Amino acid sequence: MIELNVNGRPQAVDADPATPLLYVLRDHLALNGAKFGCGLGQCGACTVMIDGKAAFSCVTPISALPGRKITTVEGLGTADNPGPLQQAFIDEQAAQCGYCIAGMIMRAQALLEANPSPTDDDIRRHMMPNLCRCGTHMRIVRAVQRAARTMKNVKNGAGVNVTTK
Amino acid sequence: MTVTMKTLIRLARVAALCVGGALIAALTGAAPAPSNDAKFDATQAAKGAELAAIGNCGSCHTAEDSKPYAGGRPLSAPFGTIYSTNITPDPDAGIGKWSEAEFVRAMHDGVDREGHDLYPAFPYDHFTKVTDDDVKAIYAFVMTRDPARAQRPRNDLTFPANFRASLRAWKTLYFRAGRFEPDPTKSTQWNRGAYLAEGLGHCGACHTPRNVLGAEKLSDAYGGGDAERWLAPAMNEDSPAPLPWTADEIFNYLRYGFDARHGIAAGPMVDVVQNLAKAREEDVRAIAVYIADRMRRPVRQAKSNDEANAFAQLQESAAVPGMGRDAIPARSGGVASDSGAAVFEGACATCHYSGSGLQSTKPVPLALTTSVNAPDPRNLIHVVQSGLWPASGEKGAMMPGFAAELTDDQLVAVVSYVRERFSRQPPWHDVSQNVRAIRGTERR
Repeated sequence: MIELNVNGRPQAVDADPATPLLYVLRDHLALNGAKFGCGLGQCGACTVMIDGKAAFSCVTPISALPGRKITTVEGLGTADNPGPLQQAFIDEQAAQCGYCIAGMIMRAQALLEANPSPTDDDIRRHMMPNLCRCGTHMRIVRAVQRAARTMKNVKNGAGVNVTTK
Repeated sequence: MTVTMKTLIRLARVAALCVGGALIAALTGAAPAPSNDAKFDATQAAKGAELAAIGNCGSCHTAEDSKPYAGGRPLSAPFGTIYSTNITPDPDAGIGKWSEAEFVRAMHDGVDREGHDLYPAFPYDHFTKVTDDDVKAIYAFVMTRDPARAQRPRNDLTFPANFRASLRAWKTLYFRAGRFEPDPTKSTQWNRGAYLAEGLGHCGACHTPRNVLGAEKLSDAYGGGDAERWLAPAMNEDSPAPLPWTADEIFNYLRYGFDARHGIAAGPMVDVVQNLAKAREEDVRAIAVYIADRMRRPVRQAKSNDEANAFAQLQESAAVPGMGRDAIPARSGGVASDSGAAVFEGACATCHYSGSGLQSTKPVPLALTTSVNAPDPRNLIHVVQSGLWPASGEKGAMMPGFAAELTDDQLVAVVSYVRERFSRQPPWHDVSQNVRAIRGTERR
């Protein structure tokens, strides 16, 4: 049994220590947000956060994770009550097929937690490891910018979710 | 009609600019700085571009996010930090006022325009070997770059290096001015390679160890040195490569950043490779021929190529414990969860395991790579931590970094495991100190 902390909840998982986190998330914990793209850490569809940093869950053995905080896209909000980044991706319609989006959101979340006011250049550089084959990159950059504004407004007590179309 | 209007407006704007420029010139009494392009022969500047690529000039003389050749890049030196100079033709911030003779003197003698000694972070101990003609071509090249006004930050040096006078003593001890002397017993190609590698290429600046005063230990030329917290591996008989490098393989590595039997250029070598892509192919071949000769087969590691290849193949294909997802349930708990083997299985084996039948990746066999066989673990730690990324917009090998995925302990464990499993060299003893030192320097 390996103890994992996923989205703030402790989870005991019965799997080989070398099992990649992605398999455990999807097959054991039914958290299907993170996707299997390449399985080689080359595409970013499996991106989650580990201790606040974006990580490829397909090449992270669970042996590496006891005592560390794992956050998946499910940890940012729900369909009824999406988090600021999720809402921003909806508002900017920053998905086409959507396969890469959970990974995109998680990598962007890691950026915004470290840098609440990124420039477009910061965003492009930070998001570089994640690929989108539909080509929604421009919208993704806009969505990250939008989420950064929302998060700042919330933090500054404006308390409004700026979800204008 | 609109097109004509637009053209007219554009012409009017150009005319206005010209009048404006003339007016400013008349008012200030100074002619607008004429473009340098007219003053230099284009072929000469083009030749200079190829030579500057071999000299890797732009790597040091361009800071992140600065204009090309505008300087300001921090270079760590034995006694502090030196910032590279602006070598664009800006008359104030750059070298716009320098004459050709002053530029040649700087390259050959290590003095600035006023005659002050320069810090040897500028490798004039190598550039002194370059012919006048080649230095003049480089002058034509840099003087035709876009001028940039950037001023570099002040050097941050401690005693005694903060006194320029100490440079005089240093130069007396270690600097010998003089052009390259060909070796008549060697081929023209070898001599061309030697000229470029020893002179402009300044390979020894990283690949030769330095003494406490920062001078190259010429008695141990190419014995392996340091480059920005990376190991610059030995390029003499002590080369850690399990298979001896051939000239063709060195050419592949220098020109394309990759050789299937040795590895992928990483760290500071990425810049070198990017630059050598702009040099003349025959020049890169000549350098490869010269370096291959310097790396003559080590006598004390007289194992054959076949043996090294066989070892590599065996280590690659030997069943990784627990590999194959179907094996997982049966093996649950079979591998200590903090062991390097478990990390390797989960993080590395998907790509670095040729038995998996996965053909989408074809990494260099770990047992053949220089980083796994090197005398210290720095390069392997860098690569595991930061991964390998082709330059922006370029194609090339890509490996994800594991800085976020693995803790320090896991990095230590997996690096030690890889060394033990894929190399016949003795274990590294300083893995954890090096992981701590390198942690946080990752680049994405």
